[in-house]
Amino acid sequence: MTPRTGMIRAATLLIERDLRLAFRRASQLCHPLVFFLVVTTLFPLSLSPQPSQLRDIAPGVLWVAALLSSLLALDALLKSDAEDGTLEQLVLSGQPVVVLVTAKTLAHWLVGGLPLVIISPLAAMSLGVAPDAMLVTAEGLLMGTLTLSFLGSVGAALTIGVRRSSVLLSLLVLPLAMPLLIFGARATDLAMAGEASSGPLYLLGALLAFTATLAPFAAAAAVRIGVE
Amino acid sequence: MWLWIHKLGSPPHFYRIAGLLTPWFGWSAGVLIAAGVVSGLFFAPPDYQQGDGFRILYVHAPSAWMSLFTYVVMAIAAAIGLIWRMKVAHAVAASCAPIGAAFTAAALFTGSVWGKKMWGTWWVWDARLTSELILLFLYLGYMALRSAYDDHQKADRASAILALVGVVNVPIIHYSVVWWNTLHQPASVTKLAAPSIDPSMLLPLILMFFGFNILFGALLLTRVRGEVLMRERNADWIRERVSQP
Repeated sequence: MTPRTGMIRAATLLIERDLRLAFRRASQLCHPLVFFLVVTTLFPLSLSPQPSQLRDIAPGVLWVAALLSSLLALDALLKSDAEDGTLEQLVLSGQPVVVLVTAKTLAHWLVGGLPLVIISPLAAMSLGVAPDAMLVTAEGLLMGTLTLSFLGSVGAALTIGVRRSSVLLSLLVLPLAMPLLIFGARATDLAMAGEASSGPLYLLGALLAFTATLAPFAAAAAVRIGVE
Repeated sequence: MWLWIHKLGSPPHFYRIAGLLTPWFGWSAGVLIAAGVVSGLFFAPPDYQQGDGFRILYVHAPSAWMSLFTYVVMAIAAAIGLIWRMKVAHAVAASCAPIGAAFTAAALFTGSVWGKKMWGTWWVWDARLTSELILLFLYLGYMALRSAYDDHQKADRASAILALVGVVNVPIIHYSVVWWNTLHQPASVTKLAAPSIDPSMLLPLILMFFGFNILFGALLLTRVRGEVLMRERNADWIRERVSQP
């Protein structure tokens, strides 16, 4: 009898595979990033380039742009695997679906969410955010994008069997992501005013812990429904 | 008891029992709401601060309550359907969504009319208004997901998961929005110990409150009957029912 692959091993293999697939299409990797930068550019153009006004809207703009661009990438989280039957094989592999879904979500965040966090100081700087607040924004986005990836995995799993699912996916995920937006923008806001921003950051962390522990179970149940 | 619940879970039985119950619910809701409207509009004294304008409370507060209550009923029905694979429970969850969305829309509309009178504006980005609006989006998302599937059973189970995720998230959304900003007056009725409202004003509210709850029951039963008919349209018992005069 061949030795069985362990659960952790299966998860790391899956993450490796997803990362390799993503880097083979490196140009597509940049799309959410470019989208993020373009959206943040739109606001100075459409409102006014005055630094004082830009600083007022900066937290909101950064968070809305980050939310929209990670939403844009979510559609790819399970879609291609569901279409070519990989997802079915994963479910049949005998490994816990919860672990596999978590692995896929983490891989997706590594290529879709983490770059946003890294590039966010650039966008923040262009909107006139002070260096201290940039760091807080990046911290907030680090937790926020990961939470959003977990929330989004539920949405993506629910819309596996649906044609033209991207709009539906946004409709499902955005209302659930409102707390992220509120606390994230509040953290940046406080940091820009020179006040302690740890309160909203702790709340973001709590949301992350909550979502990361519960969302994979819902997503796994939805994947099972989607592939049957 | 268990046998009775099992019987209720079978579509023909449910259809028959719901048909028997609907007129009772409908009429008692009609009587209660009529009594509530009459006493609310003519017998309750005008508010010392808000004048006659406060009377919209008698529609606003019950609708707002029902919008949340319906979501909870929907989530419970979805959970029952998901766990015990009960067909009728899924039909109940599916029927809750449009009713809940309607209550939410009614609460938002009456609230904005009231706000125009009292605050001088149709809409403010206040905590309660915003979380009610998000609740409306959750209902719309649920209905959109349901209609996106062609297969009934898949639609049932996928939307059941969404309803459960939503019910976990609703308190979080609510409190996040509360901490964010607030202008809405605090609830004056849910304080169980001593309601800060005069009995003569409270009575119509209680009437309307029960009226709305029973109205929800009547609407739900009617909708579920429709759902059951549509889902079981190829079943024998419907053919027999239709062929009987």
